[in-house]
Amino acid sequence: MNINLTLIGQSITFLAFVWFCWKFVWPPLLGIMQEREQKIATGLEEAERAGKDLELAQRKAADQLKEAKEQAAEIIDGANKRANQIVDEAKQAAHAEGDRLKAAAQAEIDQEVNRAKEQLRSRVAALSVAGAEKILSVNIDAKAHDDLIEKLAAEL
Amino acid sequence: MAGEAQTATDYIQHHLQNMAYGKLPAGYTRADGTVLSEPTWTMAHSAQEAADMGFWAVHLDTLGWSIGLGLVFCLLFASAAKKATAGVPKGLQSFVEMVVDFIDKLVKETFPHRNSMVAPMALTIFVWVFLMNLMDLIPVDWLPMAAAKAAGNDHLFFKVVPTTDLNATLGMALAVFLLMIFFSIKEKGPIGFAKELTLHPFHSGKWFIDIFLIPFNFLLEAVSLLAKPVSLGLRLFGNLYAGEMIFILIAIVFGVGVLGFIGAGLLQMGWAIFHILVITLQAFVFMVLTTVYMAMAHDREDEHANDH
Repeated sequence: MNINLTLIGQSITFLAFVWFCWKFVWPPLLGIMQEREQKIATGLEEAERAGKDLELAQRKAADQLKEAKEQAAEIIDGANKRANQIVDEAKQAAHAEGDRLKAAAQAEIDQEVNRAKEQLRSRVAALSVAGAEKILSVNIDAKAHDDLIEKLAAEL
Repeated sequence: MAGEAQTATDYIQHHLQNMAYGKLPAGYTRADGTVLSEPTWTMAHSAQEAADMGFWAVHLDTLGWSIGLGLVFCLLFASAAKKATAGVPKGLQSFVEMVVDFIDKLVKETFPHRNSMVAPMALTIFVWVFLMNLMDLIPVDWLPMAAAKAAGNDHLFFKVVPTTDLNATLGMALAVFLLMIFFSIKEKGPIGFAKELTLHPFHSGKWFIDIFLIPFNFLLEAVSLLAKPVSLGLRLFGNLYAGEMIFILIAIVFGVGVLGFIGAGLLQMGWAIFHILVITLQAFVFMVLTTVYMAMAHDREDEHANDH
């Protein structure tokens, strides 16, 4: 076990390797590792942000869907109302038309009745006059008794 | 076992001897009986020769393996760093990033100061020391025998685990120690550092008492300062040397009959599995202690006071 020049040689070798490692091995490796750390941190941050964006978008989409549904419901509601209104209006119009037709028919009927009455009356007057002629066996001067016949007819 | 004529002691000693290249003085009688006429730089052919080379010798195997493994670490990590992308990491990149991330977190916890060098140093220590320790798991005879065959020399000394060489561990501890001194002076100034060494741990607040406390304080602080690199280097060396020793002993048992072979196989497997923990732990401890020492070097006096 001799202590000799190897001691110094080993010291110099040691320092040389330390120097090499210090200059050429450590900095690039640590640099790369820090860069990766940075990259991972950024990636995670971005992922988190994307997650938040997604959540926001989903919420927005849900909101819009809800709004659309409400609008659709409103439109359907309006359409229903309008339809009811139209049906009501149609009903009313039909009613009115019916009434009008009924009234017209009534008026015609009345007219016909009146006319029939008039005819009947004139016929009754004529028959009465003829009856009276027969009874009296005389011609009744229609002109002379016009007033009377008129009065009679009016009473019928 | 290398060579039949070898005794167990020879075998162990052979395994514990580094491949030394150094200077032998003039007039030295070599292992083979020849006498050198002038100082010569040569390979040591025996443990005695290696010891006689004194300080002026280099362990080629220790330096070769440690530099080689250091290069493996550097090239592996540098190529991963070069090809790295900020996308999803794959294969080598994710492995390298896992290690870097682990070290980075650990250093951030233990070293609260601003110094971009400490974390890379911790990474270097952890991976490099781990790789050097890992050589311990390769069966003790494989690489030395392969090297001996390749070199055509049956008695080639070849230790493949650099961290079982005290020079290697103390060498790294020495570098850590120098960095500690450097950063202490840089952060606190020479005067601040001198104060730290002389006015702690005993401090009265009155200068005429403090003057007499200085030598005592300095002695304590110097011992605690010097103990740091020594314990750092010796801990790693001791653990790995002991582990290597046991592997060598187990390897000897392989030669003792069929029962010995089976027993040694089981022992080797058990010890290797346990050693996976040891080598990782020792690399980790060396790294953590270095980081802690660096943090201490950066601690200012006012911050220091808060710690106690």
